[in-house]
Amino acid sequence: MDRVSTGAPPAVRKLGLIVNPVAGLGGRVGLKGSDGNEIQRRARELGAEPHANDRAVEALQRLHQVQGLEIVTYPCEMGANAVRAAGFAPTIIGQIAPGATTAGDTRRAAREMHELGVDLLLFAGGDGTARDVYEAVRLEQPALGIPAGVKIHSAVYATHPRSAGELAALFLQGRVEALREAEVMDIDEEAFRQGALSARLYGYLKIPYRSSLVQTQKVPSSGEATSLAEIAEDVVSRMEPEVLYILAPGTTVRAIAEALDIEKTLLGVDVILDGKIIAQDANEAQLLALLDEHPSSEARIVVTPIGGQGYLFGRGNQQISPRVIERVGREHIIVVSTPDKLHSLGTHPLLVDTGDRAVDAILTGYLTVVTGYNERAVRKVAADGDA
Amino acid sequence: MSHDISQHRFTNGRPNPRRFHQARWDEPIIFELSQPGQRGILVPRVEPEIRAQVGDPLAGLPETMRRQKPPALPEMSQPGVLRHYVRLSQENLGTDLNVDVGQGTCTMKYSPKINDQLAASPKMAELHPLQDEATIQGILEVMWRFEQILKEISGMDRFSLQPGAGSAAIYANASIIRAYHDARGELGQRDEIITTIFSHPSNAACARTAGFRIITLYPDEDGYPDLAALQAAVSERTAGLMITNPEDTGIYNPRIAEFVQVVHDAGGICAYDQANANGILGITRAKEAGFDLCHFNLHKTFSTPHGCGGPGGGVVGATKSLSRFLPVPLVAYDGERYRLDWDLPDSIGKIGPWYGNASVILKAYAWVMSLGADGLREVAEVAVLNNNYLLSKMLRIAGVSAPYAKGKRRIEQVRYSWQDLVQETGVHSEEIGLRAADFGVHYWTSHHPFVVPEPCTLEPTESYSRQELDEYADIMAHVAEEARTDPDLVKSAPHHSTIHSIDHGPLDDPSQWATTWRAYVKKHRAAVD
Amino acid sequence: MKREKQTVYPYIPNSEPVVKAEMLRAVGAKDVEEFYQEIPEALRLRQPMNLPPPLLSELELKRDVEGLLARNTPCGDALSFLGAGCYQHHVPAVCDEVNRRGEFLTAYAGEPYDDHGRFQALFEYASMMGELLNMDVVNVPTYDGFQATATSLRMASRITGRRGALLCGTIGRARLSKIRDYCRRTMDIKLLPFDPGTGQIDLDALRVAISGETAAVYFENPSYLGFLETRGDQIAQIAHEQGALCVVNANPISLGVLAPPADYGADIVCGDIQPLGIHMQFGGGHGGFVATRDEVEYVMEYPSRLFGIAPTRVAGEYGFGDVAYERTSFAVREEGKEWVGTAAALWGITAGVYLALMGPQGMTELGEGIMARACYAMLQIDKVAGIHAPLFQSPHFQEFVVDFNGTGRTVADINQALLSRGIQGGKDLSAEFPELGQSALYCLSEVHTQEDIDRLAATLKEVVER
Repeated sequence: MDRVSTGAPPAVRKLGLIVNPVAGLGGRVGLKGSDGNEIQRRARELGAEPHANDRAVEALQRLHQVQGLEIVTYPCEMGANAVRAAGFAPTIIGQIAPGATTAGDTRRAAREMHELGVDLLLFAGGDGTARDVYEAVRLEQPALGIPAGVKIHSAVYATHPRSAGELAALFLQGRVEALREAEVMDIDEEAFRQGALSARLYGYLKIPYRSSLVQTQKVPSSGEATSLAEIAEDVVSRMEPEVLYILAPGTTVRAIAEALDIEKTLLGVDVILDGKIIAQDANEAQLLALLDEHPSSEARIVVTPIGGQGYLFGRGNQQISPRVIERVGREHIIVVSTPDKLHSLGTHPLLVDTGDRAVDAILTGYLTVVTGYNERAVRKVAADGDA
Repeated sequence: MSHDISQHRFTNGRPNPRRFHQARWDEPIIFELSQPGQRGILVPRVEPEIRAQVGDPLAGLPETMRRQKPPALPEMSQPGVLRHYVRLSQENLGTDLNVDVGQGTCTMKYSPKINDQLAASPKMAELHPLQDEATIQGILEVMWRFEQILKEISGMDRFSLQPGAGSAAIYANASIIRAYHDARGELGQRDEIITTIFSHPSNAACARTAGFRIITLYPDEDGYPDLAALQAAVSERTAGLMITNPEDTGIYNPRIAEFVQVVHDAGGICAYDQANANGILGITRAKEAGFDLCHFNLHKTFSTPHGCGGPGGGVVGATKSLSRFLPVPLVAYDGERYRLDWDLPDSIGKIGPWYGNASVILKAYAWVMSLGADGLREVAEVAVLNNNYLLSKMLRIAGVSAPYAKGKRRIEQVRYSWQDLVQETGVHSEEIGLRAADFGVHYWTSHHPFVVPEPCTLEPTESYSRQELDEYADIMAHVAEEARTDPDLVKSAPHHSTIHSIDHGPLDDPSQWATTWRAYVKKHRAAVD
Repeated sequence: MKREKQTVYPYIPNSEPVVKAEMLRAVGAKDVEEFYQEIPEALRLRQPMNLPPPLLSELELKRDVEGLLARNTPCGDALSFLGAGCYQHHVPAVCDEVNRRGEFLTAYAGEPYDDHGRFQALFEYASMMGELLNMDVVNVPTYDGFQATATSLRMASRITGRRGALLCGTIGRARLSKIRDYCRRTMDIKLLPFDPGTGQIDLDALRVAISGETAAVYFENPSYLGFLETRGDQIAQIAHEQGALCVVNANPISLGVLAPPADYGADIVCGDIQPLGIHMQFGGGHGGFVATRDEVEYVMEYPSRLFGIAPTRVAGEYGFGDVAYERTSFAVREEGKEWVGTAAALWGITAGVYLALMGPQGMTELGEGIMARACYAMLQIDKVAGIHAPLFQSPHFQEFVVDFNGTGRTVADINQALLSRGIQGGKDLSAEFPELGQSALYCLSEVHTQEDIDRLAATLKEVVER
């Protein structure tokens, strides 16, 4: 049973809601993404209807069970419409030009709601919306995404509008308290439209989560923090001298750096040797140069699945290019992940999309993942497109 | 004019849900019932002659060794104690009371009363484990005979009955694997045990306690791991495989013999967790699959009562080559007399203080003897039939699914998922379970972690009638319907249980938690007094 | 598989052929074989198991088992002075009444809502043990005192981050065997020498052996060999000065009169609850307890469930749940936080009933009476020529070592002679503690009358003088 806390909750719970009315607009008519006024205009010409609003209503309907709820939102299609349609009376703040909303509106809305002290910020949209929210609030505001975009890569979104609403309700009632950092991804829309896909890790938002480990009362278990500490301890205790460790982005890898008292770049690839940082936020060229400089050393890549889709390589860590991977070798890749993260992937394999099909092929099959101290899991790895 | 009461118990030919209410005594904590001076039982007095010779036996003790104040135990009359505990006993749902198919993996079958009665005989209850062997031939013979039975059921060559329950047995097997490699000088090299995510969590936990690194295999769409996953996991570091089959999903891995072979080829030892043996007694055995070790849970498969969580029994079987590592002592028979055999120089040593939970072993022995080979076969077949029958009824409930192995038969249990119902109504699996308690049945989700989302694990066993299985399925259907039409009722359940929703806040806060009454009084009562 | 006659089994309702056929039809299966189609033929058992013929009627079953049990001589029928970890005490009728109730006997792992009675009974057990032990945290019972001891040592290792354990040299060899196996990977076990006169730990040797690597100093009160460690406070102090924990194994039945080890500095107390209202059952009546102070670093290291009391949404109503079920271990590297499983809950409930019946006065009178009987027995046995009791010059609780070296006879021999006269003598220690020569461990309890003790002394005299 979830830890039901029915001791006196605060009288009023404040929820912030932002709807990105054009999220997913392009996808429905075969255009990729929806950023930019031109795309929006094109999409509307093609008859695209915005659906973010509907998704937001679906989520909000789950919130009627929350006592003393106040929903703070922006006018018209940026939230007020959805709030009313879901049967609530919104507290409206801010100003917009209806029919011509921009990313700037999203950022402003998020900032203002955060300053008003909302307990949770719900936003309906896609990767772009997540980036805007991140820009505005960083890690200072618990937030959660209602999926409404095309294929979403950021891990800050619930799997379904209803689950977003359900999780928000549990969080506002104090029945779920745990927060974790989830990745916000930056997809290069222009490159995407030209058929290339380039994803960058953009930042992290704090989202509430229900651990699959916390459900049962029968066995004492470890929380996320303990999992990270155990994984870090396992990897650190096995680190060898004179070996290069290429640390990919991701919170699990960051925990390893923390265990070594090293300040790791949040979004980039760092390299350590004998417990010291020798490169920060390295790109492919720098990594290859380092591998050249230490030819007699062995090298390891420490990597963790990023984003909501379980990509091991290709989304957010492309600095670790196919050349780098080939040089280091499959057997020297150390994959780390909390058990929770693996379980959230269900039966889906981990995915790779390095941009080089041959390197992808080398990585497919089964890989061992470090999930705790002296704990491993074997998971399937598949190349994106084959999965 | 007729008063046919029974007609009101049915609607359109289907029985109405039971109007159950659990006993609710609102019973204080026993300390609150204490009355100074009351006695529950008097102890025999020491004879005056002894007093005269001995004086005060505490006189020689230093002050630090003497208890200064009597312990603050409750003071109660005998009927007061009895009444308190009988009330508490009513506030449980055991197999004697309910259709206990909802405690999946626990094999909640009928524990025959005759066996309890036999074990209560002074000729069982008043035996000291160190008595001269001439005076305990009876119980030694029971243990020896039971070992022969287990050998036949499993195909293994020797059994130790010593571990106190299933996890203790799994640990013993992990220790045996450790001893095996140690004896060959390979323990430093071989430090990994492979298991699966759907095996009992103790396979991982106990092996880890024995010092091994654990590699967990995840299932593919069929519900069990791919052979390729296993091959990726084995190496020269492999010490062994510890696996349940069928797993807690009720799915049998048909490639088990190949799994065992792969691990053997890598030099590892394979231990078979037979907690889920109930559906395969007389059908398939550890031996033919190639296992080196196995264990059974007497309080599951072999009907001994669960006792609120023990005592149980965890018996460990080994092939000839591994028998030398079994915990000591074993029971031997020379054709005339039974004796305890301590002559195992390579034994891992003691798991528990004696030779096993003897009264539990006696009950298990009696259970097997009442059934015989044909009866055990019937147990398995009916357990599996009951499970597939319940499965067919459960799958007719909209919102229920049985992930993995679609369309395939299960063995003795099923792990269902309420994910579809949750998506539709927002009512979660735990909430469905609590509402089920309002109808007098249990419901268990799953071991951690919840790999199957919104899980529910049901194991009918062979002990319940068709009507009882129908009742359970009807309750599930009824609650699912309520989740759609009146979700608040389900979400605020239980309503007819002994107590209402618990506030868990204090249980995670060190300044508030209290595992004893004295701690509770210190932390929460100071203000009152 | 053809069976000649279809038996309808009383424990298997759906073995009735008509019902079975209907159910098969309902699931669309021709026969039960279909359910096993995933099992490869090579793994199928195709002939019946070779088991003894079934005793289908309850009467036949009863006859068979009672026939076997008839070949046991229980301790009621022969005067027994056996102890050594399993104890003969009076089991109150109410204890049996409670643990034979089907509602407790057949319950298992329900939620705190539908198995509330079980949670409350176990919470009360832990609470009563807490009073006995003067400690605020007591676990739900583990398998037995051996497991409790081994777990306590590993807990000490996790809490201190150290590997060393110093154990009293008089520890029973069976318990030592369990500890060695269980702690093999995580701890370095060393035995401390004992004073041959008193049996107690040699404190000078302890001071030399202890170091910054010691996680725990362990001793027993009473010792396996029956005497009391009278300087527990000094041992605890030495341990604490080095940052080690003091782990003590205590017999709960003695705690009505003996000081709880927490009072003289023990950090973790462990032991076995079998003496508390549980029949011996040939070793099938054990349960282990672990107790500590209510401090976070201790609580987090319990491998077992801990039941805590909590309010429900109805004012004044008690509920129970798991305390700290997200255990943040302070020892991330420790190889496993052990495990949780079915252990000995019913005995925990029983021990609670026992303690409630006995109350403070009962426990005090019982403990004092047992010690008096033990003292008397020592006096009487010591009078027999060639026999010396107690071997150790220390206070004792209920057990003591009897020195038979002066008789020129082996304990095995003497015990055989006693047996032929209807007495089970004390445990033969000659193999376990060869340094003590021919000696035996005799155990007294409230079940022994003066007459019994006099008979023992007289019989020993007779046997020895032959």
